[in-house]
Amino acid sequence: MQQIPLEQALGLSALLFAIGAFGVVIRRNAIILFMCIELMLNAVNLAFVAFSPRSGVQGQVFVFFVIAVAAAEAAVGLAIIISVFRHKESVDIKNFSLLRW
Amino acid sequence: MSFFAALGRPEVLDLARQTHYFWALLPEIVLTLGAMLVLIVDVIHKGDRSEPSRGSIPVLTLAVLAATALANTALFGLRDVSANGMVAVDGFRTFTNFVYLVAAALCIAISMGYLERRGIMKGEFHALVLFATLGMMLMGGSRDLIMTFIGLEVMSVPIYVLVGFDRMDPRSSEASLKYFLLGAFSSGFFLYGIALVFGAVGSTNLTYIAETLGTGTDHGHERLLMAGMALTLVGLGFKVAAIPFHMWTPDAYDGAPTPVTALMSTGVKAAAFAAFVRIFAVAFADAGAQWVPVVWWLAAVTMVGANLVALTQGSVKRMLAYSSIAHAGYLLVALLSGGDTGKAAFLFYILAYTVMTAGAFGIVIANSRDGEERVTLEDYAGLGLEKPWLGAAFSIFLLSLAGFPLTAGFLGKLYILRAAVEGGQAQLAVILVLASLVSYFYYLRVIVVMYMRPARSEGWHAGAGLPLAARTAVLAACVVVVAMFFAGAVPMRWAEQSALSLWRQPAPVAASPAPASLFR
Repeated sequence: MQQIPLEQALGLSALLFAIGAFGVVIRRNAIILFMCIELMLNAVNLAFVAFSPRSGVQGQVFVFFVIAVAAAEAAVGLAIIISVFRHKESVDIKNFSLLRW
Repeated sequence: MSFFAALGRPEVLDLARQTHYFWALLPEIVLTLGAMLVLIVDVIHKGDRSEPSRGSIPVLTLAVLAATALANTALFGLRDVSANGMVAVDGFRTFTNFVYLVAAALCIAISMGYLERRGIMKGEFHALVLFATLGMMLMGGSRDLIMTFIGLEVMSVPIYVLVGFDRMDPRSSEASLKYFLLGAFSSGFFLYGIALVFGAVGSTNLTYIAETLGTGTDHGHERLLMAGMALTLVGLGFKVAAIPFHMWTPDAYDGAPTPVTALMSTGVKAAAFAAFVRIFAVAFADAGAQWVPVVWWLAAVTMVGANLVALTQGSVKRMLAYSSIAHAGYLLVALLSGGDTGKAAFLFYILAYTVMTAGAFGIVIANSRDGEERVTLEDYAGLGLEKPWLGAAFSIFLLSLAGFPLTAGFLGKLYILRAAVEGGQAQLAVILVLASLVSYFYYLRVIVVMYMRPARSEGWHAGAGLPLAARTAVLAACVVVVAMFFAGAVPMRWAEQSALSLWRQPAPVAASPAPASLFR
């Protein structure tokens, strides 16, 4: 079976990460922001897996840690979004201006 | 320490043996069990979900923190043989663990009365504070990047919840959402940085990274390592709230319940800085040519920018938020100074900063009432005359934050300046002094308003005050702030020893290319 070259896997990972980061900057819906952040974390998972043939099997184990942490974050994050929605009837961060300097 | 030796604590830990991890992680284990105990006791006590928790919960929480501090003393003088375990066994960890425990204890103490008033007296609050403290200890005491990440998340997730703990308050929820989104965003950067460093060096073990960079062997992935360091720096920059990564700080600090703000600006910051020191000043020390100029600018911009913006703030809580950003700049100077004096100055300052900031937030709580926060400058007018004790205590904390002589803050800044000059960062030392001069204005303005201006109305300050336990904690913080000036040599000697232990790591070069610390 042919192996995928490291450069290509890393390139894909960097691309996904960039899409996620870009999305966080331009989108205004809290749920979509959150999905973009999840995309960034999964891009990192891809990088860990891509490095693991060269740098050791730990890379694959770290992916499980990251998945677990992302799940915990998702639970808390969605709860926070719901709690904000109860106040504002909206999850658009444009509408959040109680706090500003 | 003979107590722990009698219990069978070995003198030197060998983290290849699982049982020795038990000793290395004793404080964390005690804290985890204690936090679970708090949750269970709270549920058992309450007949009904909507009932507020008993007053015994904060007491139990403080007892858990005290037990953890006791367990932490088991780490005194402990070393490990190979320094490639997941967790660091050194004086630096012991010292910083005490700082987090002090921060958590002050947070719990000043939350007494405040939580009841806002109707959020729930046992979850206390358990979450304990879990966040656990995360701090794991983050600041880790010797492996992935462990740092897990610690970061164990710390951050409870803090996201705590910021939004007052669900009925739209400001609290909003702050929580902002903090969560930016916090998760920055963790993504930090994690990607870890992945790239892992790819470049072949391990996430900090000791191993330091050795690889130190031997100067060409690992052939210079650019990968550079990118990894840059992304790690961004992630940590967010957590320590250095400008330009500070956008979330004023909002989150302002909207959060005040005891949580106190915890965020002390414990969370201390843990992020401890990880910063371990990753950058120790593991990446030999790649300093790449990151030192960047952090130099971070420190300079943070000190100048935060102090200038703080001048414009009308809310004392928000002013303290900017002040905490400015202090991140001072701590970065200590970090950049390098060497043992720099690390010792860092440890001394983080301890002093924790005590004085938590104390100042204690006074902010004392000035709040049912349903209103009373944080504007006007609300403080006349406080010093009507409530002399509160006024005096607040003055001491503010003077110490400004770095006035006779307070811990002054001595801390002096140590940082000395370290900066010795470490060849004289320009930063000059910027620090100038920035501090600016900061005098907004700290002293609060004191002037407290003593020189009449209160808004007769009896405006009648309800200001704290319950006994919180008052004791604030008084203790006051005493510590002053005592750390007069007896500063004692904590400084301890800080120096702790900083030394960070450097004097045993460094047997691992035979295998990557220490597979996970699988031993």
